[in-house]
Parts: sequence; structure tokens; C-alpha cells
Amino acid sequence: MAKIPIRVTVNGQARQSEVDPRLLLVHYLREELGLTGAKVGCDTSQCGACVVHVNGSSAKSCTLLAVQADGAEVTTIEGLAADGSNLHPVQEAFWNNHGLQCGYCTSGMIMTSVELLQRNPKPTAQEVREGLEGNICRCTGYQNIVKAVLAAAEAMGGQR
Amino acid sequence: MTTRIFGSGIRRREDPRLITGQATYTDDIKLPGTVHAAIKRSIHAHARIKSVDTAAAAAAPGVLAVYTGADTDGVLNPIPCAWVVPDSDVKAVAYPAIAKDVVRYVGDAVAVVVAEDRYQAEDALELIEVDYEPLPVTVNPEKAMESGAPQLHDDAPNNQAFHWVAAGGDPDAAFDSPEVVVKDTIIQQKLIPTPMEPRSAVASWLPSMGELTLWSTSQNPHICRFVTSLVTGLPEHKIRVIAPEVGGGFGSKIAVYPWEMVTAFCAMKLGRPVKWTETRSENYIATTHGRDHVEHVEMAATRDGKITGVRSVVYAGMGAYLSTAAPGIPTILHGLMYCGPYEIPNVKAEVYGVFTNSTPVEAYRGAGRPEATFLLERMIDLLAAELDLDVVEVRRRNLIPKFEDGHDIALGLTYDSGDYQLALDTVLDHVGYTALRREQARLRQNNQYMGIGVSTYCEICGIGPSQVAGAVGFGGGLWESAIVRFYATGKANIFVGTSPHGQGEETTFAQILSDELGVDVDDVEVIHGDTDNTPMGWGTYGSRTTVISGAAIALSARKIKDKAKALAAHLLEAAEEDIEYEDGKFFVRGSPDQSKTIQDVALMANVAWNMPEGMEPGLEATTFYDTPNFSFPFGAHVAVVTVDADTGHIELQKYACVDDCGPQINPMIVEGQVHGGVVQGAGQALWEGAVYDENGQLLTGSMMDYALPRAHLLPDIETLSTETPSPHNPLGVKGIGETGTIASTPTIYNAVIDALKPFGVTRLEMPLTPERVWRAIHQR
Repeated sequence: MAKIPIRVTVNGQARQSEVDPRLLLVHYLREELGLTGAKVGCDTSQCGACVVHVNGSSAKSCTLLAVQADGAEVTTIEGLAADGSNLHPVQEAFWNNHGLQCGYCTSGMIMTSVELLQRNPKPTAQEVREGLEGNICRCTGYQNIVKAVLAAAEAMGGQR
Repeated sequence: MTTRIFGSGIRRREDPRLITGQATYTDDIKLPGTVHAAIKRSIHAHARIKSVDTAAAAAAPGVLAVYTGADTDGVLNPIPCAWVVPDSDVKAVAYPAIAKDVVRYVGDAVAVVVAEDRYQAEDALELIEVDYEPLPVTVNPEKAMESGAPQLHDDAPNNQAFHWVAAGGDPDAAFDSPEVVVKDTIIQQKLIPTPMEPRSAVASWLPSMGELTLWSTSQNPHICRFVTSLVTGLPEHKIRVIAPEVGGGFGSKIAVYPWEMVTAFCAMKLGRPVKWTETRSENYIATTHGRDHVEHVEMAATRDGKITGVRSVVYAGMGAYLSTAAPGIPTILHGLMYCGPYEIPNVKAEVYGVFTNSTPVEAYRGAGRPEATFLLERMIDLLAAELDLDVVEVRRRNLIPKFEDGHDIALGLTYDSGDYQLALDTVLDHVGYTALRREQARLRQNNQYMGIGVSTYCEICGIGPSQVAGAVGFGGGLWESAIVRFYATGKANIFVGTSPHGQGEETTFAQILSDELGVDVDDVEVIHGDTDNTPMGWGTYGSRTTVISGAAIALSARKIKDKAKALAAHLLEAAEEDIEYEDGKFFVRGSPDQSKTIQDVALMANVAWNMPEGMEPGLEATTFYDTPNFSFPFGAHVAVVTVDADTGHIELQKYACVDDCGPQINPMIVEGQVHGGVVQGAGQALWEGAVYDENGQLLTGSMMDYALPRAHLLPDIETLSTETPSPHNPLGVKGIGETGTIASTPTIYNAVIDALKPFGVTRLEMPLTPERVWRAIHQR
């Protein structure tokens, strides 16, 4: 299979790679770039453990090919906080509210929640629950995740 | 008075790495030169393998090797079953790493490909030609024992894996002429545990040293090392098993599977590190399932609702082979819990373990106890209906009265402590039970169907002691060890043999040490998961980690305190009996300014410049803790549901629970465990079920088809607690990891049946899908 050149900006850093046309974005991030924060939890685009932001929108990176991200800006959990030492308010809220247990769904949950709050800065609990429908957590029963997202909304003062 | 750290809901100390994507799970590990294994799995539930042609696969791009059962046969020993329940005629059938002659379920391995990358390995799988001769299939555990059923193993006639009976009192006499008897057949459907992290293994072989390192998604790395030694023949001390970050297990990461062993085999053959990570679809067919019982149950009682007997005949599906702990689950962890929180004088559990052409069954959150609790709670509701009594009233008439130090039940166990009535009263007060019943009556008049489900439960956890483990055929001990080590700088590590994988024990364990010795919780780090740097331990399952490991840590801390006190006395030039301790300080009685902190003592102990005569340097203690008895958490749960009679749609409106796990070290974590447990149990009641067709094909083979609980389907869980310390361990704690799952399935099930009462519906099979509910309403 002929490799295809792509240019992707990942967490603010310009990357140039030659990839197999069938390479999934999640494997590109994990295997080629060593960004293992995005996880693979299923093979049917159900679980959301692999969610990253592509041009600002949350996307299941197991459902995109790396070549489809050519020219895009990708943000992963590793690049979410403004600088390496600080946490994004959503990360902080997950920590404060026990919004995670085993942590495997957490990257995807946080990335989805960040985008959810960008779309809807003051969600109700039910809106958060609906917004997280595409992310599966097996540990928390979702309750503290919802609590965390609401707390983050509060902390961010309804700002996008 | 400072706030005590024991009992504080501090945020978790493991979280920073998890919320930033910096944690390392097995599949994140990338050793130089790593190659990837993929497993060719049987598409038939039962077939003879006539031939396996690997030539095309072996010649495919990037492929290093293809191995079949012919290669592993005689090199890898069969995978052992580690729980051979005595007096039950367990047929420990051979469980080969790769099938050579016969495949017995969809997912059985027939070959493994190793290639430079995982895409190439997957491609090559498609090129392997397996010629099968299909054989007849049996998947239902009861039907598999009927005469004429297809046979899985020559040495297990009638597919009987074991036959076990436990009885207390005179159960058969209790059913001779009971005043009332209720009967039911309960189907505990097969469930797929689905931890979010699929299983994975990385094996690295150092031929010059004869050393194997195996990273594995394990709940019990020390058991994994033990079994790896048995299967590979490598000496145990030459094997290092590391369970790095593990993304949930729920029982499905207890077993040592053939494929970790195959991964190790490949690494040893090729001299390259080999990684195998299952896909989710592979996880659904080849990682263990849970439950799968057909239970014929009877409950006898007096006219005034006193239960006089319970007996059952249970067909427990084992799947095609006996997984590591499988026989112990429907027997010891299920049959022995038939009294629950009730005074039931006559009890009998008769359990057949049955081979079927399906994925092997193992522990799944609660493991045996959810089935036992469901059985009791279901039968009590039937009894209440039969006697036209309120479901709460029947429970009240049978609950064991409050006890603080030991209560013997008919099945021979001694419960530790309990106040079941208080738990029930607390939850009923909280939900306003009487008002709810009034509301229900009002709604029914308007043809609106609300149901209220109640359950009271007691479960067995904190599993140990080792003597009992031996007596019940568990192939290992059930003690735990903990090393607490202080450094010259006053910081400390705790090394434990258990292996938490989401339960937050890096926090709770640090809180235990902090509470015992007054060190800041941030000055403590908990080390677990690596057999090379942790002491022996039997793992994280059966809600035992905080109970058993926690006790070991507390006792190590107390040993350190004793030594520190003696050393402080020496440094303060006082007699040891004049030294008092408070909040991390040792001081001379009456002169609190003459003191040494634990940090002062740690420094001196580590440099050892001025030690008392005969005292060894260092400030470190090891404890091997074997609990004298189990612990028995309990509680009472209430669910409120509404059913839409036109569509069969069920809405879980309210869920409230009281759980008693003794003193809570970290209430925030306790609450989180309850939330997750309740939702998993709700999953069984409402959505989840592994469905096989008559050919043994798993129809719910992906997350598209197996319905997991999702955020928008659930209400907030209202969590309350009572606190009844266990006299069985030094911290008084009981497990909390499984209580939610144990109690919530029957609570929600009972609520739905209650909602359907106006339609005369008395039973349904789980999961309670809208279709089943609709049919029950409309096809009476």
C-alpha cells in the first residue's frame, strides 16, 4: 500500500507523516505520535474512549482515518490544558468530583465534556446526560461525571 | 483537634495521571522491537478441526510466524482451573492454550499470527484456512444435561462439570407439608463484564537470563505469575508479571487466559517483545462472561410469613472450559448465601456446573452473591403476593435481629455484625415508603403504572481466611501482605500484593497509613501491580482489597509505631513507658515540648547513628494478614419505576440505597463504588444479556448489540449509609465494591413486576426489555 503524506497540527505542533491510507486516526496518534491518552475501547464507534477534538469538534478518532485529518488541527487530552502544568477546568472538575475510577474512558469523557460545554455553557443535568450518550463508562454509573461537568460549567462561569 | 484523615472524602491521588492521559495501560507500552500477535478464533461453537493451513498467512507481508495447537501442544501445559470445590466431582477437563483437535465455543483459539504491526497480523488471520467438521451444539445449561445432548468433553459425561450440594437444618422436611410454598424458575442470564479496557498482554523474553516479563491486564498479578509458571514451565522466580494501569475488570481479569500464555510463547519463540491486545468483539467472545444460571427455586413459609425453608436446583453454565475460579462461584459464593439477612432455618442448594458451547464463565461483579440475593428477594416478593402482605412486612418478619459480634446461620457461616432492620428503616424513611404506596394507588386509578421495589441483602466479602480457602478447594491462599517503608526524608511507600484497578486504593491505603502515623497523605505513595517489587498477594476481587490489604497496612503501621516509640524514647532519653503518641509526635508524658516526630525518628532509623542497643536500623515493617473470617456488608435498596403500558418502556425514576460497609475510609470513594455497582446491576435487570442462537453464535457480539447502561437512561442514585463495624478485622471495615450490583438487580426487577401487578403479570425474564414488558401486558 502506497503511503500518503499528511500534515496535521496536533496539540499545537505541526506534524508531517507518511501513513497507510487505512491507518485510523487513533492509531496514528497512539502508535506514530506516542500520544496514548486516547484509548480504544470498542470497534463499533460506540464507547467514545477515543474522542479527540478535530478542528474544535469532538470526534471518535477510531472512526476517522489519519488521512482524513490531513490539514486539520487535532487536540488530544495531552494538549487540553493551556500549559503542561495546569489542568483544564473540566479535568479539575473530574478530579474534584470523583468523575473517574479506572480512568480508561476518562480522556474521551473529558474531551466530549469540553466540547459539550462549548456548545452549551450552562447545561442542565439531563442535557449533560444526553450529551454524554455516546461515551460509555462502566465504573462510575455516570453520576459523578455529570456532577463534574456541571461543576466545570459553574467554574467556567458559563463561558465557552 | 484536626480532622481525621480516616473518614475524609479527599480527592483521589491517582487521578492526575488519569485525567491528563499520562497513565500507562498495557496497550500503551511500547518496547523497542515490539511485534504484534493476533489470534485466529473459531467461527464454530463446536467442531472438529480437520486441518489448519497457515502457509498463505505465513507468507503475508510483515508476518514473522504463525503457530497452531500443534506448536503449543506439549510446550504450554493446559490452563489450570484453580478452584476445585471438594466433594463435587469436579471434572478438570483439559483447557489447551490453542485448540488442536476440537473447538468448543465461538472464540476458541485455533492459531496465532505474529507480525510487525497489528494491521498486518489482522490481515494474515484472514489468510488462515481452517477446515472444520461442525459438531452438534448445546448452549443452555439445563438442556445441556439432558440425555442425548451434544457432549463437549469425553471425560465429563452429561456435560456435568461438577455437582455440589449444601444444606443446613432439615430442608426436605421443611417442604414436606409447608403452610405456604412459592416456586419459580429464575433465569440468571449470561452477562458480558465489559471493562472499558479490553484485555492485553506484552511479553518480553530475556533468553540469556531465562527471564520472562509479562505485562498483563490482571486483577491479580501474583496469581498470574504462579499460573504462568505452571503453564510455561518457567520457574516462578524467573517470571515478572506487571499489571500496570488496569482499566476495570469486574472479575473478567481474574482468570489467567490462554492468550497471555500464547503471547509469552510467541515472545520466547521469536526473541522479540510481543504485544497482544484484543478487539472489543474479541473481548465479547473470548473474555469470560458472568452468571448464566437456570434455577428452580422453592420457598416454604408459615401463613404469617415466616420463611421456613429455601431450596434450589441450579444449573450453572460454565461455558466450554473451567476458567480459573469458575467452580467456586455458583457454589461457595452463591449456595452458601441462601440465608441472606434472614433467619431461615432450613436451606438446601443443589448446584450442577454444566459445560456448554459458549464463552467460559467466571466471576462477574458480585460473583454468585447477586444470584443468591436475586433468588431470595424474588421469592420473598412472590411469598408476599401469595400471602397478600406488603413486601416490606415480609422482610421485617424474617430479618435477623441486630447483632454485633457473630451470628451463626443454618449454612454454617458466622456473620460478623449486622443491623438489617436499621438499614431497611433508613431507606424507607428516606424515600417516604408509605407515601409512595399511596401515590402508586392514586396513579393506578389513572391507568399509570408505577412500581416500587425493595430489597434487603447481606453479602459475603473480604474473602479469606486461607484455611477456609483450602477447605473449599481454592488453589491458593487468601491472605495479603503489606510492607510500609519510611525513608530518611520522612516519606513513605506502601507496597501491597493486591492490585486495585479503579477502586482508588492508592488513596484509601495512604489514608490508612496517614491516620495511623500522622504523616501527610501526600508523603505516602502506594506501590502495587508488579511482582518484582511488591510482596506476595492474592489480588483484587471479592471486595477484599481494603478489608485484607488495608488490615495488613494498618498492622504494619502499628509495628512501625512500636519501633518508633522505642527509638523516640532512646532519643529523648526517657523510658519507653513514659512516651506517648499523638498526631505523628512521640513525646514524654507531661512534657509535650520534649518530642520527636515520626519524621525525626525515620531519619534516625535510616542513618542509624544513634540507635538503642540491639535495635535494627531502618523503619519498615511487613505484615502478612490472614483474616479470621469473612466480612458481611449489608443494606436495603429501593427502586421506583414507571412503565408505559402502550410501549413497554420502563423509566427508572428513583433509586435510593443504604449500604453498610462499616467505617468508611473515604466516603467519596465508597459512594462512587455504590453508584457504579447499582448501575451495573440495573444493567442486568433492564438491558444486558449475552444472547446465543441455537448454533452457539453470540448475537450480542459487539457494543452495538449488547446494551450497556448509558448516562441518559439513569437517575441520580441516592446513597445513604449506616455504620456497623466488623469485629473480624483491625479496621472494622467491610467491602463495598460489589454491594450495589448485588442489591440493585432484584430491587429494580421487583419494582417492574410491582408496576405490572394490575395486569396480573408475576414473572418476566431479564433483561426487562420494552418488548418483553409489552408482550406481558398485551398477550396475557
